[in-house]
Amino acid sequence: MTTSDFNAILPVLVLTSWACVLLLVDLWIPKDRKAITAWLAAAGLAATLAVVWLLSGFNLSGFGGMVALDGFSRFVSAVVLVAGIVVVVIAPGYLNQRQIERGEFYILLLFTISGAMLMASASDLVIVFLALELLSIPLYVLAGFARPRAESEESALKYFLLGAFASGFFVYGVALTYGATASTNFQQIAAAVAAGQANLLLLSGGAALILVGLGFKVAAVPFHMWTPDVYEGAPTVVTAFMSVGAKVGGFAALLRVFFTAFPALSANWAPTIALIAALTMTLGNVAAIAQSSIKRRLAYSSIAHAGYILMAVVAGGAAAFSQFAASSALFYLLAYGIMNLGAWAVVIALEKRDGTTNPIDDFAGLGAARPGLAIAMTLFMLSLTGLPPTVGFIGKFYVFRAAIDAGYMWLALIGVVTSLVSAFYYLRVVMVMWMKPGEGPVALPRSLGWVVGVMAVATLVLGVVPAPLMAAAGRALLSLFASA
Amino acid sequence: MIPTSYYILLSAILFVIGATGVLVRRNAIVIFMSVELMLNSANLAFVAFARQFQPAGAVSQAALSGQVFVFFIMTVAAAEVAVGLALIVAIFKTKHSIDVDEVHQLKG
Repeated sequence: MTTSDFNAILPVLVLTSWACVLLLVDLWIPKDRKAITAWLAAAGLAATLAVVWLLSGFNLSGFGGMVALDGFSRFVSAVVLVAGIVVVVIAPGYLNQRQIERGEFYILLLFTISGAMLMASASDLVIVFLALELLSIPLYVLAGFARPRAESEESALKYFLLGAFASGFFVYGVALTYGATASTNFQQIAAAVAAGQANLLLLSGGAALILVGLGFKVAAVPFHMWTPDVYEGAPTVVTAFMSVGAKVGGFAALLRVFFTAFPALSANWAPTIALIAALTMTLGNVAAIAQSSIKRRLAYSSIAHAGYILMAVVAGGAAAFSQFAASSALFYLLAYGIMNLGAWAVVIALEKRDGTTNPIDDFAGLGAARPGLAIAMTLFMLSLTGLPPTVGFIGKFYVFRAAIDAGYMWLALIGVVTSLVSAFYYLRVVMVMWMKPGEGPVALPRSLGWVVGVMAVATLVLGVVPAPLMAAAGRALLSLFASA
Repeated sequence: MIPTSYYILLSAILFVIGATGVLVRRNAIVIFMSVELMLNSANLAFVAFARQFQPAGAVSQAALSGQVFVFFIMTVAAAEVAVGLALIVAIFKTKHSIDVDEVHQLKG
């Protein structure tokens, strides 16, 4: 292992070593003081974030071109790490209330996060596969963390069986791609295709199966069936992370694989993904209306948002627009992360101790009891709908523009119409919160209050001044396209 | 020498059997075995392609990357078994059944 190999995986290395050490240290932390483990995990995440920041400006590649540390991977890593810190901050109170406070929670979370980070730096299908599993396997366990609660176990089993099924598709797709191009490295695959040495039948079969595998991870229709059940059954802090971390990791891999390994096939995959995006947006938003549980409603909402991000992937199929499309996808991922984590934090605040169904009516009277929390939730709902002046509006604006630039006017129109549909169920939450009389005060732990506050401010500030962030997303991609 | 296409055809058949098994069977362990079959069909495809890319009497980078992938799949599959069986045992303890049709607390 040379120094450049070492540097290319330094952030992941720091985080995984920290997690391994924490696994041992946790043995000596008494059962009733697991908050210490949480603080240590947060420190590890912060340290990794610092390493990511210190490496900014470098463009490293290691292990014979299998791993790349560039702007793209740093941007994605930063998003996942911040999401991780948020979850670690709100988790101790939640786990304590439900008497499932075990130190392994934080360690599994660290491993999952390192998987998502590795997804973003992979430039070889071997690494994508390893990262996919490193991201998924701890998440299966986390989904079942509230054992022996039946819902949580069921959620874990469903997630596990369908996740493993998806990995089967992914791996077979990689095998076909390897058969077609004699390589698993993104650049070599692209080079083989460009040189006309690839067997196109095997290659398009392989690309399609890889799309199925990653489509499961990001919850795109028709590979979304697991999402509502898994999100509902898993402990809510896990759901909050799953909806952001797993999706960001999945999209990072999707963008990298399709933009750097299969750009020559874009005439084939762009229309396919466009169809998937249209279905995802439509079904996600329409099915969300019928849900009475807030967790299921947000699960369908997360499916719908996967459709909007896929729209940017489609736009990237046209080479001339791929840079703007990819930076709008990155912007949307961050925007989605912020508003979604905020909304989930409010859901956690309102969840009853034994609450398993989380009906929307739980929000009744929140406006009177906790105006601050209700204002924040209103902001998140407006942002998820895509109304100004929030970050969700800007994210949708960029994504729609990318689609229109690339000539997918019809897709952008579906996006606008489904956003209107989504207003119906997002704003219903707002209406229940302010108009319906409720039971009385809600206890709000301070850590949760901080998280909600910070996310609300970020939603608003980035909605008013999005330019610096969009510029950062654009800079993050320079190296990706320079190398491709 | 047996042509590569025969191996690929066999691996495709195994893959389809595995995928059908996941969709049709109701016992969590059998579903899990079907997933393993899918992974192993990919392994067969990898080694068959690797043999094709292997020039006689020399070591080629292209052949090696396929063979190494097989080891990664086997390792990851083992890790998945550890987690998966633990989950199934946990479910069996609470439900006394591993029939996926009986695990339906959550609608959907």
